[in-house]
Amino acid sequence: MAAKTQSTPWTKPAGKPTAGKVVPRPARTAQVQAYLPEFFKGLGLTMRHFFKNTKEMMLGQKADPVLESLSEGITTIMYPEEKRPYPERFRGVHRLTLRDDGSPRCVACLCCSTACPAQCIHIEPAEYPVGDARRGYERFPGSFVIDELRCVFCGFCVEACPCDAIRMDTGHHPVPYDSRDQFIYKKELLMTFTGRDGERLTENPRHEPGDPSHPGISRDQHH
Amino acid sequence: MEPLDEELEESALELPSEPMQLNMGPAHPAMHGTVRIVLELSGETITKADVQIGYLHRGFEKMCERGTWTQCFPYVDRLNYVSPMLNNVGFALAVEKMLGVTVPERCQYYRVALGELARICDHLVCNGAMAMELGAFTPFLYCARAREIIWDIFEEETGARVTHSFGRVGGMARPPTAMFKDMVRSGLPRLLFMVGETEKLLLKNRIFLDRLEGVGRVSKETAFALGWTGPTLRSTGAAYDVRRAHPYLVYDRMEFDVPVGSAGDNYDRFMCRQEEIRQSVRILEQVLDQMPDSGPVNIDDPRIVLPPKEEVYTTIEGTIQHFKIVMEGVKVPAGECYSYTEAGNGELGFYLVSDGSGTPYRVRIRPPCFAAVAGLQQLIEGAMIPDVIPTFGSMNMIGGECDH
Repeated sequence: MAAKTQSTPWTKPAGKPTAGKVVPRPARTAQVQAYLPEFFKGLGLTMRHFFKNTKEMMLGQKADPVLESLSEGITTIMYPEEKRPYPERFRGVHRLTLRDDGSPRCVACLCCSTACPAQCIHIEPAEYPVGDARRGYERFPGSFVIDELRCVFCGFCVEACPCDAIRMDTGHHPVPYDSRDQFIYKKELLMTFTGRDGERLTENPRHEPGDPSHPGISRDQHH
Repeated sequence: MEPLDEELEESALELPSEPMQLNMGPAHPAMHGTVRIVLELSGETITKADVQIGYLHRGFEKMCERGTWTQCFPYVDRLNYVSPMLNNVGFALAVEKMLGVTVPERCQYYRVALGELARICDHLVCNGAMAMELGAFTPFLYCARAREIIWDIFEEETGARVTHSFGRVGGMARPPTAMFKDMVRSGLPRLLFMVGETEKLLLKNRIFLDRLEGVGRVSKETAFALGWTGPTLRSTGAAYDVRRAHPYLVYDRMEFDVPVGSAGDNYDRFMCRQEEIRQSVRILEQVLDQMPDSGPVNIDDPRIVLPPKEEVYTTIEGTIQHFKIVMEGVKVPAGECYSYTEAGNGELGFYLVSDGSGTPYRVRIRPPCFAAVAGLQQLIEGAMIPDVIPTFGSMNMIGGECDH
């Protein structure tokens, strides 16, 4: 990791001075100076766009909502009747993934709240009750709160989660509410959201303690 | 009845002669960017101008000292919010320079590609907004449509349209999507078409030309003295482009021209940006041809880059590595460095100081438009009020990075 003197992209090559490409100066032809001919030409250009769009609108032609920016005519999407699907990597509202038994996958390790640059995640870790197989093995979030108003949707929490417990793949943007406290999403609400595929379960293959398929040894069977 | 004027003193008949003060901004409709210009007028001529910045000051440098090096990326997104990807790349390069590492080739091409797309965005917004402020609204809309093509690509690649937060120390957040090359290839011709339509409307319009040509003229020497870089400097004829003078990433393999002006007026600045859009497209085409389709994007150093998720889920080594990086941040060796890249407005520099911990000790930015705005006063003194609008527009001041 030590900085070595190597051929890095920052080494200046022994090159010749850069020759610039001179941009053209304005062409002051008689047509330009007379103003009106070029004015009508410009008007013609905008009219061409206008009539093309009007024709498409009359014929009811609509742009494909995914490739609408590449279409030549109308690019308007009639939101909210018609919605542009969010791309695969879109960072939407957070959700908490679930285990098979419906409890949150989160183990309250506080990685996401540490990685959050906006400090919008608040977690209160709690211990499982005595007798639970997971007690002493891992914790669970007693409360898990995300302030969606403070969130900058950078996706660092998803990246920082070591057990695939928090995700931003809901494909929804935050809903506008009429008061601020409605933006404070609690654990219960975050657990109800589903991913794009409608799933709530986690993809984390980590086994539960006491599971016979667990490669390690559980707390009951000592080493 | 006696005439009225006989009783008055002679001086009272004259018009008031003290100079008139006029405030432009901080929320002037024809000024994009929150800046206040106090003008002292004699008639319509500006005798004195006082450019006051700081209306968008958010304490970016201080905020960076709070979190880890990685947590600075959302902040640098919001510096130049017209081309956030260039800031992401610039900051990532600065931290990598301190670490003494170089990202894999595929990532370098990817960064160049995304950076050039962001540069096109930057120039489209600047030129479009400048035209709009001079009354030409349609070209602005054409520019916005062209920019939409790029933002759709960004949305697909990074998951956000403006605030990407996509750069990482030692790589990028995600590898390029399978569709990346096709998306750019199909978008570029359409983009060039829209740029052409914009030029058709503007470059033959006498009103537009009259307001740009010869206005806000600056000499090469003054531009150097003011510390200008980027299109504002190149418009004076100095072919200084960081991508050419001090190539970083893979710019030394790219073939492109550095557009320069000859007069250093608003028209040259406008045309330099227009030409740079075309050069960026040229670079993009080369990048798409040369960029490998597979290979690593992040560097192979567990101290810098988060391990793959499968390892974190299943192995203890991966989990420990993951926790070390998330909780403590990437440990950057103690020292300081200045790293500079070519952003949309010119040389974007980051001066970083590290004390060896995972948190920046000091982050200093050299925003390109800070120098440009500092020179604005000289340009508009002696000019008329309407000249302020195109001159300020051609500086492309972005409040977010200017008020660092």
